[in-house]
Amino acid sequence: MSWFKRTKKGIQTPTEEKKDVPRGLWYKSPTGKIVDADELENNFYVSPEDGYHVRIGSKEYFQILFDDNKFKELDKNLESKDPLKFEDKKKYTDRLKDAQKKTGLKDAVRTAVGKSMGNDLVVACMDFSFIGGSMGSVVGEKIARAADYSLKNKIPFLLISKSGGARMMEAALSLMQLAKTSAKLARLADAKIPYISLCTDPTTGGTTASFAMLGDINISEPGALIGFAGPRVVKDTTGKDLPEGFQSAEFVLDHGFLDFITHRKDLKQKINLYLDLVQNQPLREKTA
Amino acid sequence: MEYLDFELPIKDLQEQYEKACQIGEDSDVDVTNTCKQIEKKLAETKKDIYKNLTPWQRVQLSRHPNRPYTMDYIKAICGDSFLELHGDRNFKDDKAMVGGLGKIGDQSYMFIGQQKGYNTKTRQYRNFGMANPEGYRKALRLMESAEKFNIPVVTLIDTPGAFPGMEAEERGQGEAIARNILEMTRLKVPIIVVIIGEGASGGALGIGVGDKVLMLENTWYSVISPESCSSILWRSWEFKEQAAEALKLTATDMKKMKLVDQVVKEPLGGAHSDREKTFRSVASAIEKAYGEFKNLSPEELVDQRMEKYSNMGVFKG
Repeated sequence: MSWFKRTKKGIQTPTEEKKDVPRGLWYKSPTGKIVDADELENNFYVSPEDGYHVRIGSKEYFQILFDDNKFKELDKNLESKDPLKFEDKKKYTDRLKDAQKKTGLKDAVRTAVGKSMGNDLVVACMDFSFIGGSMGSVVGEKIARAADYSLKNKIPFLLISKSGGARMMEAALSLMQLAKTSAKLARLADAKIPYISLCTDPTTGGTTASFAMLGDINISEPGALIGFAGPRVVKDTTGKDLPEGFQSAEFVLDHGFLDFITHRKDLKQKINLYLDLVQNQPLREKTA
Repeated sequence: MEYLDFELPIKDLQEQYEKACQIGEDSDVDVTNTCKQIEKKLAETKKDIYKNLTPWQRVQLSRHPNRPYTMDYIKAICGDSFLELHGDRNFKDDKAMVGGLGKIGDQSYMFIGQQKGYNTKTRQYRNFGMANPEGYRKALRLMESAEKFNIPVVTLIDTPGAFPGMEAEERGQGEAIARNILEMTRLKVPIIVVIIGEGASGGALGIGVGDKVLMLENTWYSVISPESCSSILWRSWEFKEQAAEALKLTATDMKKMKLVDQVVKEPLGGAHSDREKTFRSVASAIEKAYGEFKNLSPEELVDQRMEKYSNMGVFKG
């Protein structure tokens, strides 16, 4: 029986000789379910076994929401400056460059207009991969301009939040983006143009204290983290353990701040159903 | 099917009828005649009983365990077009108050109503249809959203009262209901109110101010439930029948006093005996009511509504 008894302890294969599956072929959900990357994409980036909604960015949301993935991107080339000459462990300018290189994005939000189930829709979608989806002057300005575009062309506005909050490297300039974006939303509200806020994992800090909570409807995806102060901050400040599910989308729904939670596969249909109902227009078919 | 005490003769006949039919199936005895006779008698008895319901019996019918509740109406009337919306954007999503957008024909409506449960677990979940302040605030949020987008409001009332709890008081139950009543008097879109079950006092009126108030035939609407009235004025729960009589809480009485605008007929045997028919008549009553108001300007609409409520009350001198 000694042939399966290890004589030498530990793993002997040197790292360079280990055989590894190329990255991007498989995805492992937090509950340990393994999903094929293509299957994941076909399932709206939701793990089919446990329903885990994988964090995705503007590229994927545009693909899900716009018909045939066709859209016109707005203010594509807006880029951050470094007005405070900010430096922590890294210079802000370097951080921006690195983030741009890593993600291929210009900043933490992309805005676009296109058809969704046949009707025009303006979508602003944040990218968490770009410095934690943090909101600085560029994010604020792009959202403000997208809202202006909605207002001018009388097109409903959808904002997909996915952010850690305001961008520290732009300090109070970031903070004032809360006021700037909220002002634009007030204009939209006065013009009675529907505004939908989709809070995705995670929506925290300055985003919840502004546009994320100001929708005619606020909606979310299962399990998304939504809150003002992040869970770690709440825990450190209060010294109390947080109950399970604290600040989850389900928790926030029960506390009255969300209109509904929807599976990503129904997202496009539900958003357009709401728009048809609230604008009193005939219901569009689900097939589009 | 569950039967109320005054419905027992119907239950007996129904059982006799089923037994006779069973015998006919199991043996060669010809029971066609007997069956027909019982059937006829059943129809007559039903007519007799439901034609002459006392106010208390109507109260009982309004609480019948098989009676359709708010969501049953909404789902039957709107089908797939209904989109439920949640939350007061302040404290809680009250499960005793439901709401959302849906279509009847081509027209969108904002539906709001108290929701009861259909078994022990869901009754608790829905807090027996007794809303907390956050329920009334949720209702107001939805109404204001409807006003913003010029969508008419339909409220469905079925509540034994606003929840009389400690926390409800802390959060301002009175203020929440008061705010709703005030805002509903001046909301700039048509409001159609349908009392589908129990209409208990402020808890009902908190979503009950409207251009057209419809009352289903076997419902009640008053300032207090007959039981509570009996216990306060007679100092015993035993006088609920008398209280029901005295309060003039039935649909016909309420219409006579011009406190509601229209009575909606129920199928013989009550709303639950033919749910589909009930849903259809409520849907068409809503559409018809909306037709009366849709061409009024917001100013005319609000003036007319305020005028209506200004005229309520009876006095001398």
